[in-house]
Amino acid sequence: MYEGVSFIPLTWTDMLYLAPELALAAVFLLLVLLDLVMPGRVSRLSIGWLTLLGLLISLGLVLWRMLDMNRAGEAAETIELLANSYRIDDFASLLKIVFLTGTALTVLLALGSVRDDDAITEKGEFFYLLLPAVMGAMMMASSGNLVTLYIGLELLSLTSYVLVGMRRRSALSAEAAFKYVVTGGISSAFVLFGMSYIYGVTGSVDLTVIYSALPGALADFKALVYVGFFMMLAGFGMKIAAAPFHAWAPDVYQGAPTPVSAFLAVIAKGAALAVVFRMMFGAVYFARTDMEPDVSNDIFLALLAMSAAAMLVGTTAALRQKNVKRLLALSGVANSGYMLVPIGISITAVHSSSFSEFVYYLIAYLLMTIGAFAVLTAVSRAAGHDELKGFAGMYYRAPWTAAAMVIFVLSLAGLPVTGGFFGKLFILLGAANAKAYWLVAVIVVSSVISYYFYFGLVRQMFMRVGGTEQSIPVSPATGIVIWLCAIATVALGLFPGPLMSWIDAVFSLGQDLMFVVY
Amino acid sequence: MSILQDIPILSLILLSPLAGLLVVLLLPKHRSGWMKTAAVTATLVPLALSLWLYADYDKQQGGAAFEEKLNWVDVPLNKELQDISEFVFKFQYTLGVDGLSLPLLLLTTLVTAMAALAAVHVKKRWKSFFVWFLLLETGMLGVFLARDVFLFFVFFEITLIATYFLIGIWGYFNRERAANQFLIYNGIGSAIMLLAFVLLVNTAGFRIDQAGEQTSFIYSGSYTDIFRNMADPTAWVNLSPDQMGAVNPFQMTDTMQWVLFILLLIAFGIKLPVFPFHTWMLKVHTEAPPSVVMIHSGILLKMGAYGLLRFGVLLFPEQARDWAVVLAVLGVINILYGALLAFRQQEFKLVLAYSSISHMGIVLLGLAAFNEIGLQGALFQLVSHGLISALLFLIVGSLFERTGTTELSELGGLARSMPFMSGVLLTAGLASLGLPGLSGFVGEFLAFLGLFESMRWLTALGVLGVILTAVYVLRAVLKITFGTQPERFGALKDARLVEAVPMIVLLAFILLLGCYPSVLTDTVQYSIGGLFEQLLATRAGG
Repeated sequence: MYEGVSFIPLTWTDMLYLAPELALAAVFLLLVLLDLVMPGRVSRLSIGWLTLLGLLISLGLVLWRMLDMNRAGEAAETIELLANSYRIDDFASLLKIVFLTGTALTVLLALGSVRDDDAITEKGEFFYLLLPAVMGAMMMASSGNLVTLYIGLELLSLTSYVLVGMRRRSALSAEAAFKYVVTGGISSAFVLFGMSYIYGVTGSVDLTVIYSALPGALADFKALVYVGFFMMLAGFGMKIAAAPFHAWAPDVYQGAPTPVSAFLAVIAKGAALAVVFRMMFGAVYFARTDMEPDVSNDIFLALLAMSAAAMLVGTTAALRQKNVKRLLALSGVANSGYMLVPIGISITAVHSSSFSEFVYYLIAYLLMTIGAFAVLTAVSRAAGHDELKGFAGMYYRAPWTAAAMVIFVLSLAGLPVTGGFFGKLFILLGAANAKAYWLVAVIVVSSVISYYFYFGLVRQMFMRVGGTEQSIPVSPATGIVIWLCAIATVALGLFPGPLMSWIDAVFSLGQDLMFVVY
Repeated sequence: MSILQDIPILSLILLSPLAGLLVVLLLPKHRSGWMKTAAVTATLVPLALSLWLYADYDKQQGGAAFEEKLNWVDVPLNKELQDISEFVFKFQYTLGVDGLSLPLLLLTTLVTAMAALAAVHVKKRWKSFFVWFLLLETGMLGVFLARDVFLFFVFFEITLIATYFLIGIWGYFNRERAANQFLIYNGIGSAIMLLAFVLLVNTAGFRIDQAGEQTSFIYSGSYTDIFRNMADPTAWVNLSPDQMGAVNPFQMTDTMQWVLFILLLIAFGIKLPVFPFHTWMLKVHTEAPPSVVMIHSGILLKMGAYGLLRFGVLLFPEQARDWAVVLAVLGVINILYGALLAFRQQEFKLVLAYSSISHMGIVLLGLAAFNEIGLQGALFQLVSHGLISALLFLIVGSLFERTGTTELSELGGLARSMPFMSGVLLTAGLASLGLPGLSGFVGEFLAFLGLFESMRWLTALGVLGVILTAVYVLRAVLKITFGTQPERFGALKDARLVEAVPMIVLLAFILLLGCYPSVLTDTVQYSIGGLFEQLLATRAGG
């Protein structure tokens, strides 16, 4: 009855494997205490810098572990902690690097913009709460077990509810936080509900056991398996903000402090996508090779339908949007659609690069989205609002920042020579490889629609004249974020080879995801 | 062996405008004079290089000697099968020229250099104007040089982005709408093109290399690879599944070929533009600044025809042959529609815009003829119309600068105050209506001659367009140059030196092509000699 639950104690060696997460937890606790004892007149930005330091330490530890695991000529061995409930594999490590980098950029962005934001009263809290949030995301990427997965999900969600409501003196922020709590709670409930069904029919919460028990469960409880997976997909769909579960995103992004919007758009979304990826390939994919191929095909098809809906709904809804934060939220909806494509298309003899496509696009998306949000913080502080017309005449007011924004816009629209172009191209080629031609058509159509509103930003910046000629001040930290993202976006657009080769070198679908040892 | 084959001449041509762009970027903002000099110089370098290349081009040997290849990106795809040693995506920086692209390359460098001279009229934001302008030139050169479908696409998109900025910032009153419409129409076109390329690489671009024990799966965007695979009936992609003994996932089925051909036809048809997709181009012609319209009408439209020829007709000759009638009908519609509407316009720029539609129809006829003469006619028409329309829009820009209007009803009698410019306008008009001795005649003649072999009635209909052309061109040109001159135009100055030079140069080339068409036709001929017969023969053998 309790096959999936075994009580294996955590040893000191295991603790060493968990070093990146534990480092985050330690820094978090230290900062909580520091915030408490530090006199009120000391600037809380120092806490921000320490948060950044903590993230970089954790990033270093992940990299060190990964290099250690992938020594030259040696195949990476997956480390399973606590009866496979926590997996240290290349899938998780690659995503952790992405999440930690993204969070570090977010903190840097916040360092540049939070100081002058009077609506945020607890500036120290604002920074250190990002640590448990990203820790949750990392747990989600590493989880090999539905319970660990849920704990990670909740850790991420609960802290982000608080973060969204951080602008205490702003009514919009409170509204956003409330909406996010309610929709987030519902989505967690959906996930949990689905999990309970899966546990019920397979008798386990361990993904490996679920995968081997699924064929048997399908024979007796086909309907329940459907319900279980569809409920989970719906719940994760909300976290990902994929249509038709996306309606909360514009409101929440608009009310949240801009760095938090960036965090939600990239890290929270990426973590939920990672979980779906692992679940689909770890548990569902193999059910298709066995006796019931229909069921797994249906589940994959549902995922693809969600992806197509997200692309089309996201882009068409953004057409009439005049608020840049809402626009970026809807662009994020469309982008989750693009990222769901490699997760949903099948693996064949001539197509098995789903993960490379996914991670490449995620990295390109991270850079262009955080970059765009960074430009937005500078612009909206000068304008006093987040509306599109705040960008008017930016060519005259901040020509270099406008140039960087052009790079982000091109990347978001999937035009060369940017990371977004190659990211989208790889996804397109993958979908065509798998002969999902209808999906290829949807991707192309939604990209064309998106040109209109992305170039709306360009129109404002270069073709309109703003109410004022005053230059837009860009704080050094924000400037660093903008240019790091812009340079990396162009670099990915010119030389996509090295990154793809590296992902290919460390990652193997069979070993890291499907629990198959060759 | 010439020195050109030892240096990467194609890359030099491609990159010289980029070098100019960097120089312009580094110059101080207020030094507009320096910037203009730098920009014009930056366009003269590729012009000189491409003239040298044209002179040195060995017609028999073709452009093989100049081909440049560099592995741009090898993207490994995770291989999960143990028996494959390599599974990669190859994007190559491959440049090449042949008789089809070389004339268009020269046209690009020539018209761009002349447009750069005309761009000294630009009144604001010189620096970014020339940055986008030079980027546009790089994109156009890349389109004609690229021999990898994705490289082609990248350059194609660069021209799209650069043109969008050039229209939207430096255009006339309705510039934003024109820029938007341009972006959306061409965005749709290039998205369809990308779709076609992705499918093409997935099918015809796939190959399996077997070297001893090593098996490599390779997706390649290389045009040569795709062309070879398509033309070779024993290539892996062309075998039916049963011949392979197992499921062949990327077979180039008939349906797939038709889908690809139609997608490419639409994609490049929008750019060309083919009749129902032409509205965006009217706006661009009226709203864009003169130097950009020169490039747009002179070169950008030609990219559509070039793409249709290179990817549509040459990769899918059977489909193109089967649809030759469709192409011819579309061409005739373009010719007659353009000519009739040009006759009705009161705005000189619109007359010229509709005239462009009409003239591009002749290119379609040349392609539809599906023989050497027709193809030569099509290419000749491309180059000739590029020169003529660039010249006409150059004059329009100068006229507008002086008179402040391009309405036919307000203009008149300008020959009295501006004899030189009126003379050039008249000659350009005559070239446009196809007067023998000027370049327009040769292209039209060859295209109609080519088509006459296979579709007499359609040819006859198309020739009607030539008569209409004479009517609308003369109506507009005579109205502007002769008749009574409004008093306010009495004191207008004739062309300055900086305007006269590009006019004379373009006119000289129009005359040269009109009198010695073999300058161009010889280059083209060796590249296309027996091309169609070969193409179809190999297919028939399979």
